[in-house]
Amino acid sequence: MIEKQEVTSTYIIIREAMMDDIDAIIDIDIQASTMEKPEYWRYILELYLQQNDQRCFLVAEQDNHIIGLILGEIRAWEFGSASCGWVFAIGVTEQGRLHGVGSKMLDNLCDYFRRAGVSKVKTMVVRQNHELLSFFRSQGMMAGPYQELEKEVG
Amino acid sequence: MKLQRATLLGLYAVLELADQPEEQLSRTDIARKFDVSSNHLSKVMRELGRAGLVEAVRGVGGGYKFSGNAKRTTLMDVISIFESLQVDCPDSREPGKDTAIGMALDLVFGEINETIHATLNSISIDTLLMIKNRSVKAQNTEDSATLEETETF
Repeated sequence: MIEKQEVTSTYIIIREAMMDDIDAIIDIDIQASTMEKPEYWRYILELYLQQNDQRCFLVAEQDNHIIGLILGEIRAWEFGSASCGWVFAIGVTEQGRLHGVGSKMLDNLCDYFRRAGVSKVKTMVVRQNHELLSFFRSQGMMAGPYQELEKEVG
Repeated sequence: MKLQRATLLGLYAVLELADQPEEQLSRTDIARKFDVSSNHLSKVMRELGRAGLVEAVRGVGGGYKFSGNAKRTTLMDVISIFESLQVDCPDSREPGKDTAIGMALDLVFGEINETIHATLNSISIDTLLMIKNRSVKAQNTEDSATLEETETF
């Protein structure tokens, strides 16, 4: 098992998520996506809590309150891409935004990926979400060589 | 995508000033750095001033200073001062626009427009300067490595 490092800033602790965090996680996701999906988050949290070196679910805690979440996974050969870390979700409470919480969580997740032996991190963002795109860009992320395509099949 | 000359000069000026927030740079300084005409830059600086991105400092040693918010101002904010970016003219009166082929082409151009807008709206002045600094650092590292190799021989 790769050790998941606990990083402490002045007031914010980044730590592994626990089952007790589920309500806060659901709340943060509602603030970010405006869509409630409790079953999905229960399933994801249970999945990520199983011992697995390839997955990491972190939360940011301040004064015993969860103010942010990030989760990611190491995947190899998805879409032909060599082993790399994927950020699948990131969210910060409205009050916690613009205080570096997202940066701290992403740094911590990147450290986790690095210690697991991967040197690249990827994510996917809705094009219209300029705020989230700006966040990842401000962290040094640039467009990669892939383009997402889709079509209706129903 | 080709930006108009004034747009490009606007981007150069804002980025150069934001890169040295404590400094005052004259129009001539900026024009010399980017090898453009100082006269051409004059109108551009006026537009940037009107948009609140730069302020003119009068007197001896005067010039321009960046006065915007580098974290909140995006490349698209600067570009929009000078032009509206569209890959294709959205004017529905253009001949052929209401044909099936015209509409299919519009879908594709729409996709390109969305990508351009998403990119330019998500890169702040601060982020662009970070990209610039990273490129300079990488170039310096490469130069030192080449120098070391040359010295070895």
